[in-house]
Amino acid sequence: MAEYAHPEALVSTDWVVQHLNDANVRVIEVDVDTNAYKEGHIPGSIAWSWMTQLSDTVRRDILNKHQFEKLMSESGISNANTVILYGDNNNWFAAWAFWEMKMYGHNDVRLMNGGRKKWLAEGREVSIEVPTPATATYHATGPDNSLRAFLDQVQAALSGRSSAMVDVRSPQEFTGEILAPPGLPETCQRGGHIPHARNIPWGKAVNEDGTFKSADELKALYGAEDIDGTKPVIAYCRIGERSSHTWFVLKYLLGFDRVLNYDGSWTEWGNLVGAPVERGAAAVKTA
Amino acid sequence: MNVENFVERKIEIDGWPVNLTSYQIAGIFHCKADNVSPGAGLARTTGATREEAEQKAIARAKELLGRTRRHQV
Repeated sequence: MAEYAHPEALVSTDWVVQHLNDANVRVIEVDVDTNAYKEGHIPGSIAWSWMTQLSDTVRRDILNKHQFEKLMSESGISNANTVILYGDNNNWFAAWAFWEMKMYGHNDVRLMNGGRKKWLAEGREVSIEVPTPATATYHATGPDNSLRAFLDQVQAALSGRSSAMVDVRSPQEFTGEILAPPGLPETCQRGGHIPHARNIPWGKAVNEDGTFKSADELKALYGAEDIDGTKPVIAYCRIGERSSHTWFVLKYLLGFDRVLNYDGSWTEWGNLVGAPVERGAAAVKTA
Repeated sequence: MNVENFVERKIEIDGWPVNLTSYQIAGIFHCKADNVSPGAGLARTTGATREEAEQKAIARAKELLGRTRRHQV
């Protein structure tokens, strides 16, 4: 069985238990908000809210360098720390935080395989105490925009067919049958997908317990849709968090060099005036 | 304290598959309802029993799923 390309980017729940009290380790629960964390969390962990702490709250963007350094500093994270990220929703927002930390050059950041769900399912210890970390010194680099796709790059990739496009939303969102995940507000004017995108829902990359599928299974999954790393890959979803998950899979588990997360995703593309949109099932694969 | 009585099950609400996850922490039952595809959270509730927590989550999920429109493609 093949190994993940970067096994060091992933830790197990057992590993976290064994290293929870290591002086160099920081554990962070990352979610869309912090309600899950309040129920009970990994002892010693702190919480980050995607909505208010990992995104600029005024304009739609990731944190700028100063904001990011401030978050790290206030979270007690220095450049030398090993940061373990986990969260609800199968690590969607933890994967976003991983992506953002890599954009700002953090060396040792890892995802806890299976996320919050696996920790709970295993009957692990949780706490409701909220630690107050001592402020640390943090210097970010970047941002490394080679990990991120902006609108103009997606448009250029579409017209030149220079990158493979992976839409990781559900088939119903991909076809345009629904404009947002069931039960969530519609956040776009049009349904469908970016022409020529392949639909590989994020959930196909994980097992029932939320852990990632094996390298061989992942290679087969993406390879079946011609996503094999020979061309740059742009992953997108609705708001960029599910595609962070797929970005992690392609870049760190399969080891593709050029993988970009289009965080503007469908809430940008599906609201653009005049943008090309394909509806229904994916077009037939072309060479 | 440890997480106890973790149970995950799938149900259907108004034609939509829903995943219910419930567990007990410090005597309180928590329930989370999420749409199976894509897996986004719809409701997070508590109760003195699993049934109470689940019923609250189901009610909230039903309310939200009822607003989802299916478009012709």
